[in-house]
Amino acid sequence: MTNLTSLTLAEARDGLARKSFTSLELADAHLAAMERARVLNAYVLETPERAREMARQADERIAKGEGGPLNGLPLGVKDLFATEGTRTTACSRILDDFKPPYESTVTSQLFTRDGAVMLGKLNNDEFAMGSSNETSCFGPVVNPWRRQGSDVKLVPGGSSGGSASAVAAGLCLGATATDTGGSIRQPAAFTGTVGLKPTYGRCSRWGIVAFASSLDQAGPITRTVRDAAILMRSMAGHDPRDTTSVDRAVPDYEAAVGKSVKGMKIGLPREYRLEGMPAEIEKLWSQGAEWLKAAGAELVEVSLPHTKYALPAYYIVAPAEASSNLARYDGVRYGARAGGSNIVEMYENTRAKGFGAEVRRRIMIGTYVLSAGYYDAYYLRAQKVRTLIKKDFEDCYDAGVDAILTPATPSAAFGIGQKVGGNPIEMYLNDIFTVTANMAGLPGIAVPAGKDSQGLPLGLQLIGRPFDEETLISLGEVIELAAGRFTPEVWW
Amino acid sequence: MSVDAATVRRIAHLARIAVDDAEVPHLQGELNAILAFVEQLQEVNVDGVEPMTSVTPMAMKMRPDAVNDGEIADKIVANAPVTHDHFFLVPKVVE
Repeated sequence: MTNLTSLTLAEARDGLARKSFTSLELADAHLAAMERARVLNAYVLETPERAREMARQADERIAKGEGGPLNGLPLGVKDLFATEGTRTTACSRILDDFKPPYESTVTSQLFTRDGAVMLGKLNNDEFAMGSSNETSCFGPVVNPWRRQGSDVKLVPGGSSGGSASAVAAGLCLGATATDTGGSIRQPAAFTGTVGLKPTYGRCSRWGIVAFASSLDQAGPITRTVRDAAILMRSMAGHDPRDTTSVDRAVPDYEAAVGKSVKGMKIGLPREYRLEGMPAEIEKLWSQGAEWLKAAGAELVEVSLPHTKYALPAYYIVAPAEASSNLARYDGVRYGARAGGSNIVEMYENTRAKGFGAEVRRRIMIGTYVLSAGYYDAYYLRAQKVRTLIKKDFEDCYDAGVDAILTPATPSAAFGIGQKVGGNPIEMYLNDIFTVTANMAGLPGIAVPAGKDSQGLPLGLQLIGRPFDEETLISLGEVIELAAGRFTPEVWW
Repeated sequence: MSVDAATVRRIAHLARIAVDDAEVPHLQGELNAILAFVEQLQEVNVDGVEPMTSVTPMAMKMRPDAVNDGEIADKIVANAPVTHDHFFLVPKVVE
C-alpha cells in the first residue's frame, strides 16, 4: 500500500475518488505520523476523535456518490482560526482555554461546505507576531529540515511555523495559515513548501484572531503549487460578515496549473538586490529568472523605489493596528484573568501576565505611535508611505509587467535561539522581501527553488496583480517543475 | 525621536500592561531601537500623498439595520473567567 502521508493533496483526492483507500485510512495514517513527530511541536492540539468522525462521515458521502471538492482530505489548522468547540489560543496564554462558540468562515468552508477533515490545531507565533515561531506560549516549532551532517534544531520560520513544519513533515496534506508581513511565505521558504498569500480581501477574515486588520490575509501552505491552488479555491470567497472581503467570483485556480507563461512579462526589481546578500540567494534568483525565460517569459528589470521603506512603515502600521485589536483582551469576557485590587490593576496584571514579551513590545510601540502628539508624525506618515509603495507596484503593472520575481527570504532557516534576545530589528529583517506585498495588498506565492550549501531549502517569491493569483500559480508551477520537490529526510 | 523611562511607564499604563521598574531600562532600549529603525521614514517626501485608508478600492457595503442574532447569553459568557447569572464579574468599580 502507498505511504498515505507522502501523497500530495491532489493525489489523495484522486485516490479517494478511485477508492484506493478510505478517508478514515488517510486520517489514521496522519494521526499516527503526528504522534511520531511530536518532537517537532507542530501541533498544539491534536483532535483525533473529531478527525476520525469527520473521516467516517466523508466515507459515507463517498459511498453515496456525494461530497465536496475536499471531501475526506485531512488538513491542519493554524491556531489563529476559531474552531467551534475546539480550543483556539493564537498560541497566547491570555486566551487560556478559549473554546469559540463559532467557526471561522474559512474553516467552515473547508470542513462544513467542502468536506475536509480537521486533524488538529497548529502552532504559530503568539498572535502571529514573529518570524521564527519562537514566541508561541507552547514553545518553538522544530523545522523538519536540518543542515547536512548536523543535528542542530532549526526554526521553521513564522508566524505559520506549525503549518509549514507539519506540511513539510507529512503531518497533514495541507494547512491553513495567515500572512500579515510574510507569515505564510517565509515559513514556506524555510521548509521547502509552497505558501500562497492571496490579495487582501480574497479570503474572509471573520473568525480569524485579528493581528493587523489591514494586512492580515489567510492562505494555504501545501507541498505543491497544484495543492495550493486546490486549497485556495476552498478558502477564498465573499463573506457578508467581513466588509473588507471582496464580492468577486472565485476562479478555478487549479485550471491555472500548467497554463503557458509564454509572452508573460516578469519584473526583477533592482531594489531587492540588497547589499551583502548571500551569493546563494543571488544565484537562486538568477536561476529562477532563467527557468521562467526558458518557459517563454520575458524578463525585465523594474524599479520599486520605495521598497526600503516598506519594513519601517510596517513596524508602525502593524503594531498600531495590533494595539487596538488586542485591547479586547482584558480578562473580563474570555481568557485568563490575573487579580488586582481594582479594575485597572486587574487589566494591567492580566495583560502583563497573559501576553509574551514580543506582543507586549508591539502593543507598546502601537500605543506610542497612536498617542496624542505622535499620530501625524508616525501613523499618518506611514499610511502615506504605504500609498507610495502601492503606487510603485501599480506603475510596474501599468507598464505591462504581469508578475514580479524576488527571493522569498534573505537567508535559509536559522537555529532555534540564534536570533532571540538581541535587537528585535534583526528578526524583523526576515520579512524584508515579503512585507511589501502586504503593504500593497497584493498576492504573493513562495515556491521552493533550490538548496543552500548546507542542504537547506530556499524559496523564490512571485508577486502578482490584485486578484491575479492564477498567474502566480502558472508561474510558480514552472519553477516547481524546474526545481523539483523538496522533502526532508525523516530523523524524528 | 526616542523615549525616556517616564514615557515607557506612561505608554505601559496607556496600554494597560503592568511593568516592573526593573523591566523599564530594557523595554526603553528595545522601543528606542524600533523607533530609530522607523526614523528613516522622515526622509520620504509625502507632500500631497493621500494616506492609505482602504487596501482594495471598494465602496463600504451597507446591510439592513435589523437584528440578526441574539438569545445566546449562555454562549457569550461560556468563556468568561468569572460570571454570575449571565453577568461578567469584575473588581468593584464604584465605591
